[in-house]
Amino acid sequence: MELAEIISPNNLIYKKPKLLTDKTMHYCPGCGHGVVHKLLAEVIEDLGIEDKTIGISPVGCAVFAYNYIDIDWQEAAHGRAPAVATGIARTNPDKIVFTYQGDGDLASIGTAEIMHACNRGENIVVIFVNNAIYGMTGGQMAPTTLLGQVTSTTPTGRDASLNGYPLKITELIAQLPGTSYVTRQSVHTPAAIRKCRKAISKAFQAALDKKGTAFVEVVSTCNMNWKLDPVEANIWMESNMFPFYPPGDLKDGSKNDPASYSPLKN
Amino acid sequence: MTEELIIAGFGGQGVLSMGKILAYSGVMADQEVAWFPSYGPEMRGGTANVTVILSESRISSPVLNEYDTAIILNQQSMDKFEHAVKPGGVLIYDPNGIVHPPKRTDINIYKIEGTLIAAELGNVKTFNMVVLGAYLKAKPVVQIESVKKGLEKSLPARHHKLIPMNLEAIEKGYQGLELVHAAV
Amino acid sequence: MGELKLMKGNEVIAEAAIRCGCDGYFGYPITPQSEIMETLMEREPWNETGMVVLQAESEVASVHMLYGAAGSGKKVMTSSSSPGISLMAEGISYLAGAELPCLIVNVQRGGPGLGTIQPSQADYWQSTKGGGHGDYRLIVLAPSSVQEMNDFVELGFQLAFKYRNPAMILTDGVIGQMMEKVVLSDYIPRLKDEEIEEKYGSWITSGRKNSRSRHVITSLELDSGRMELNNIRFQEKYAKMEEDEVLYEEIQCEDAEYLIVAFGSSARICQKAVDVARAKGIKVGLLRPITLFPFPKEPIAALAKQVKGMLVVEMNAGQMVEDVQLAAGCSIPVKYYGRLGGIVPSPGEVVEALEQKLIGG
Repeated sequence: MELAEIISPNNLIYKKPKLLTDKTMHYCPGCGHGVVHKLLAEVIEDLGIEDKTIGISPVGCAVFAYNYIDIDWQEAAHGRAPAVATGIARTNPDKIVFTYQGDGDLASIGTAEIMHACNRGENIVVIFVNNAIYGMTGGQMAPTTLLGQVTSTTPTGRDASLNGYPLKITELIAQLPGTSYVTRQSVHTPAAIRKCRKAISKAFQAALDKKGTAFVEVVSTCNMNWKLDPVEANIWMESNMFPFYPPGDLKDGSKNDPASYSPLKN
Repeated sequence: MTEELIIAGFGGQGVLSMGKILAYSGVMADQEVAWFPSYGPEMRGGTANVTVILSESRISSPVLNEYDTAIILNQQSMDKFEHAVKPGGVLIYDPNGIVHPPKRTDINIYKIEGTLIAAELGNVKTFNMVVLGAYLKAKPVVQIESVKKGLEKSLPARHHKLIPMNLEAIEKGYQGLELVHAAV
Repeated sequence: MGELKLMKGNEVIAEAAIRCGCDGYFGYPITPQSEIMETLMEREPWNETGMVVLQAESEVASVHMLYGAAGSGKKVMTSSSSPGISLMAEGISYLAGAELPCLIVNVQRGGPGLGTIQPSQADYWQSTKGGGHGDYRLIVLAPSSVQEMNDFVELGFQLAFKYRNPAMILTDGVIGQMMEKVVLSDYIPRLKDEEIEEKYGSWITSGRKNSRSRHVITSLELDSGRMELNNIRFQEKYAKMEEDEVLYEEIQCEDAEYLIVAFGSSARICQKAVDVARAKGIKVGLLRPITLFPFPKEPIAALAKQVKGMLVVEMNAGQMVEDVQLAAGCSIPVKYYGRLGGIVPSPGEVVEALEQKLIGG
């Protein structure tokens, strides 16, 4: 059989999404970002919204997300992606705006911005990749670093009395009345990837339906800074991260009804 | 002609709104005007003052160190502004609450029993309008007709029913001004 | 001719924003400028022109909301006072680095730190020399009347879009809190999305249409060679502003033997001081820089050949005096007089300083 016969449209069972660029990704082998990028590209392509979607990339490993998905992007200052997204979404109500943030960006330096954007119910999608460590700067403690977890700034393991507790930011977000959909996913197995893709698709559909903030956490690995190989990292994630950050939906419905909030008495 | 005026008293005496009505009256009379208040926490219960300038020509500084006229409504303001009246200028004060009356001899000093008159009118809130009336007697910088238009312009429509009462207060103040000392 | 009103400077900023077709305001309350957002909220421009008004969670968030909206080609603004502008400094640097047009109003109060809420001009350096990190400039307009508060909103936006650079209105509590007569501008309709696309479609993030490559709004460029080229381009832009956009006012300078240089509210005070000094027989004039960046170097250099000395009056510890000295050169004395921490100098003080520091000295 000739090569040309094999590579023919009728044999196609899988392809790179059209919106994923040919640029070689700078992510480390085994990193989850590439998979999440691919899912985003697929979902945006499926929904046919590439001509009205604007992504906000963070400061952190995903700072160059704009090199990989062929849509318009804005690169935000550290932690400010939800504010940047708010500015676009408020003045361009017909566009679809999403932020792509890591744990340091979203749950540490940008805590105020994410909480308030979600509390206002900004019509945006938030993709939150949580690998419990600072990747870009070389493996320092993140707000989501587990107790006992060794990082370059917690060399003997995270100590609650010294460093405080791991922050379950997604649980906090799920309680905010402006969110309609809050879910926690992962991308470490084909089945998990399929589920995560569905979740991302649902989040973008929520934005199209103007349902308020849709929030997708992806629990992920950083084998490089965890100092494990990719397979070991996945195992470590399942045995250590999942018990504390269990995958699944935290909220699935709609923004809270303002009437359910005690109105003023005269 | 330029009139540089300071109105000074307690927050709550209607100092700022009196200045505002005067400024609106100036606009109605086609004058240039500036209204510059003290602002911030000092307004809440503390002293409040406002500079109002009415002029035929472009107004330069809204911040002044001497005034043609000072309207003084409490002792702190007397301490602060008695000496800021230009020689030959006018000082008007309400004796209620004044422990040390003005001593200068080179200015024209008037008093207005604003607190008493407002109480007699049955509405203490008209105090600032009584004082405004007294001022207009001493310094007829604008016509009463312009003040009426100024009131209409500065008060929201739902308060327009209060205009006759305010005009009455202005009239009482106009009649109530007493000369204490003429400049020598 | 527009509508004549008696209004506070702060209220006029809000009214001018609505009338000039502004698409959005993002801000956070701080004295002495909260009337700007309060006036906007009361006016409900979203019903009238479609303008968005949002009270953000902080100044930090406000300035980044500005970044997002400006990056999509919208005409957007914020306002704050000194401590809030310090919080925005990060975002302002990003706006300048990503070359985004927007308008920032700083109604200054006395610092440093929490300072006071009284008027000050102590943010001159912060506004004209930086404030945030990196080599960047803002177009800085210094209004000295309520009328100019109106006029400079649209002017600021025009310059911002002309140069794709943030513009700032640098004012203070005197002008912000003062009421004067103002002729309000006529309404300019907000641009429709198609018009924005036509004007700014070459760079904005409005969604990648099939015919074009993706747009990325960013200040990041890890390749130092390319980052240097970016910086050179910025500097060329700033040089062009210095060539074409300088604004200033000369008052009674024709026969002046002495010159006062002052901006904003100080210039108003000094105008009175000029009148008082001239009544005393002192031939003094006033040069009022209207744009603080670009700074009116040439008119100051020209007057340095005419006058015997200059007095720079500012409500800070002597910031603009450095620019005046640079422009004037060393042939005449350039002195400074100012008050600090929220104290506003009086015209009398200025005349005294003139007599003591220049004429007597």
